[in-house]
Amino acid sequence: MVAEFGHIALILALALALVQGILPLIGAARGIPAWMALAPTAAMGQAVLVAFAFGCLTYAYVTSDFSVLNVAENSHTLKPMLYKVSGVWGNHEGSLLLWILILVIFGAAVAVFGRNLPATLKARVLSIQGLIGVGFLAFILFTSNPFARILPPPLEGRGLNPLLQDPGLAFHPPFLYLGYVGFSVAFSFAVAALIEGRVDPAWARWVRPWTLAAWCFLTVGIALGSWWAYYELGWGGWWFWDPVENASFMPWLAGTALLHSAVVVEKRETLKSWTILLAILTFSLSLLGTFLVRSGVINSVHAFATDPTRGVFILIFLGVVVGGSLTLYALRAPVLQAVGVFAPVSREGALVLNNLLLAVATAAVLLGTLYPMAVDALLGAKVSVGPQYFNTVFIPLMTPLLAAMAIGPLLAWKRGDVGAALRRLWPAALATVIALALGLWLLHGRDALALLGLALGAWLGIGTLCEWALRIKLFAAPLSETLNRARHLPRAAWGMTVAHLGMALMVLGITVSSVWQVEVQQVMKPGDIARVGPVEYRFLGVQPVRGPNYTAQQGRFEVIEGGEVARVMTPAQRRYQQPPMETTEAAIRPSPVADLYAVVGEGDAARGWAVRLYWKPLVSWIWLGALIMCFGGLLSLSDRRHRVGAPARKRIAASAAAAE
Amino acid sequence: MRDVPMRRGMKRKHKRLLAVLGLVAGLGVAAALVLTAFNDNLVFFHSPSDVAEKKIAADKRFRIGGLVEAGSVKKDGLTTEFVVTDLRHAVPVVYTGMLPDLFREGQGVVANGKLDAEGRFIASEVLAKHDENYMPPEVADALKKSGQWHEKPGDHAKLKPGS
Repeated sequence: MVAEFGHIALILALALALVQGILPLIGAARGIPAWMALAPTAAMGQAVLVAFAFGCLTYAYVTSDFSVLNVAENSHTLKPMLYKVSGVWGNHEGSLLLWILILVIFGAAVAVFGRNLPATLKARVLSIQGLIGVGFLAFILFTSNPFARILPPPLEGRGLNPLLQDPGLAFHPPFLYLGYVGFSVAFSFAVAALIEGRVDPAWARWVRPWTLAAWCFLTVGIALGSWWAYYELGWGGWWFWDPVENASFMPWLAGTALLHSAVVVEKRETLKSWTILLAILTFSLSLLGTFLVRSGVINSVHAFATDPTRGVFILIFLGVVVGGSLTLYALRAPVLQAVGVFAPVSREGALVLNNLLLAVATAAVLLGTLYPMAVDALLGAKVSVGPQYFNTVFIPLMTPLLAAMAIGPLLAWKRGDVGAALRRLWPAALATVIALALGLWLLHGRDALALLGLALGAWLGIGTLCEWALRIKLFAAPLSETLNRARHLPRAAWGMTVAHLGMALMVLGITVSSVWQVEVQQVMKPGDIARVGPVEYRFLGVQPVRGPNYTAQQGRFEVIEGGEVARVMTPAQRRYQQPPMETTEAAIRPSPVADLYAVVGEGDAARGWAVRLYWKPLVSWIWLGALIMCFGGLLSLSDRRHRVGAPARKRIAASAAAAE
Repeated sequence: MRDVPMRRGMKRKHKRLLAVLGLVAGLGVAAALVLTAFNDNLVFFHSPSDVAEKKIAADKRFRIGGLVEAGSVKKDGLTTEFVVTDLRHAVPVVYTGMLPDLFREGQGVVANGKLDAEGRFIASEVLAKHDENYMPPEVADALKKSGQWHEKPGDHAKLKPGS
């Protein structure tokens, strides 16, 4: 029964989404307040219905109700509870339901927090949100019903892919979706603004918090996915330029550009139509990403069943959303008039540079990701684009971006002075010179890219701190004044400093871990010692162990640091019973200085075991940097000026004053 | 006196022109960079039949895919030799390093590397990250082309001797 209730709830949600998508839009155009007022109620009703349906599916998973086809195909009674729950979104139908759940939660959040939005704008935003919901609910109901029954019900389920049975991955899709779907709000605001034909600083202030929130979630989601690849796939790599990763990276790049261009709209009332375009593109890339990954076009652990009707539906939906919004953009964007004048050397100029570089980077990733699919579809030839392409393109694009990231915040709005900014950045220049000298000495000048990475990391990190120190007059004024200034520094400024510092840490982590990493692959017998960088691994042998739903061959290594046994590491090869599959479990000792990473492969007592051992300096800074970036975003989100509604009050007061 | 603001205006115009030119030049460089890198890093996929029929230059990097021929896997320390087949033609492959979890005889595999002078494929990477009933789509296509594709994926397991 529970499954049927869930199904009915989804049908009702679709009906409600249709109401929400059509009536308020007409109401806003014709000026019918009652129809506009339907939007928030419908949005909240939809959230309740979809949450109920999601609860029903979760219930079926938790109670292992194998009469539901989706549960029978993806769950198993022996699976630990965490993975029974995460199994809900570990498959095509369930992951779509999660997508919709997050979409309607965002819709309800706009309805609740957007109390102070102008009535027509709010009605239109929620209407667009409703229309997106219609598309997804129709998709799930007509092609991917998660509540379909199976007769007769099997006694046992087929189980979840063991690679996905992992705490990091249990939470990776929800965060990624919170990011993807969060950009739908920016998209709805953009389309609503196009319909209204007006974009002003208040609009930018309303869009910014939603974009920031989505960006924070997406940052964490991508970092979790990368961290999972690092410890679960057993290759020690953390980014492979795999189409699935690119699918999530493109909206991140575009979203980062959007975040910065919205600042220009807010402060300078210019770049309006570009910002609208970015909002449309960011969400379109999110949709493209979801569909690329879920439709089975890309083959990977993420791709679930392929079905031609789904593919066609997806293509049509993508066409309607992207084509429709871009057509509207082409028709209405000329209406948006820039107010502020524009000087190339200024804060806004630096932000335009940021946008240009990020846009080119996004386009490059898009080309590398879609080209093989296009060639396959049109010519039937199988081609792939090597990771080298992305590295070759990214390094020259990111170099000016990172260099300008330190300078931009020191430029004034309207008209900046690069010379003065550079003079104030002398500590950063000094740090760069020291980093270069250090790199030259350690590497004997062999690796130009490593030197570049070190220099950029130092420049950006110290440069960001310089800007912050100048703002609070550190060492230039009495300590009490400095503290007072720090206390009154807007949270948004703190957020920028923290996020840019996170980026600097990530650059250093990427550079140092890829240049100084030591990797040893060899065959070892019990008692053998392998030297890996500054540590030694002593192999003790392999023994069988049992887990809840797998058996494993577990290797044991003693790690010898400075002549003493520092710890024992136990990598394993697991063999899962249901579905039958083997996975490699790397043993990792994470640390801020250097990760130790050990993998044991095939072998036997006579010939020894194949092992792979690493010493990875600063590799954890990559994810630490991502978390710090996200924290910066959250700080900025907590800024009083970004609280939804605050700008509205100010505007009402201002217009009231003007009327007097 | 009147020509001073005019000259200033011209100067601003010039500046703007320069900025636009700079922007266009920058974008051009970026596009050139992207396309060059793209061209250099396209990796084609060839089946063993392609390798036998077309002359593929030694030292040209490509990907090869097919089934790991039953009984062909030989291991020496970390170096593995095996034969990739589309059941019509076969190519010997040499790989040094740890093999992926799902590398098995009779299963689909994709390898990345280049041919040496003796026609052996020297792999720098071996991929077999799929479950037991699943074929990498490239491999499925290669088998279809060589006319050896069986609709039920499980049928390929029967190619193993003694099973």
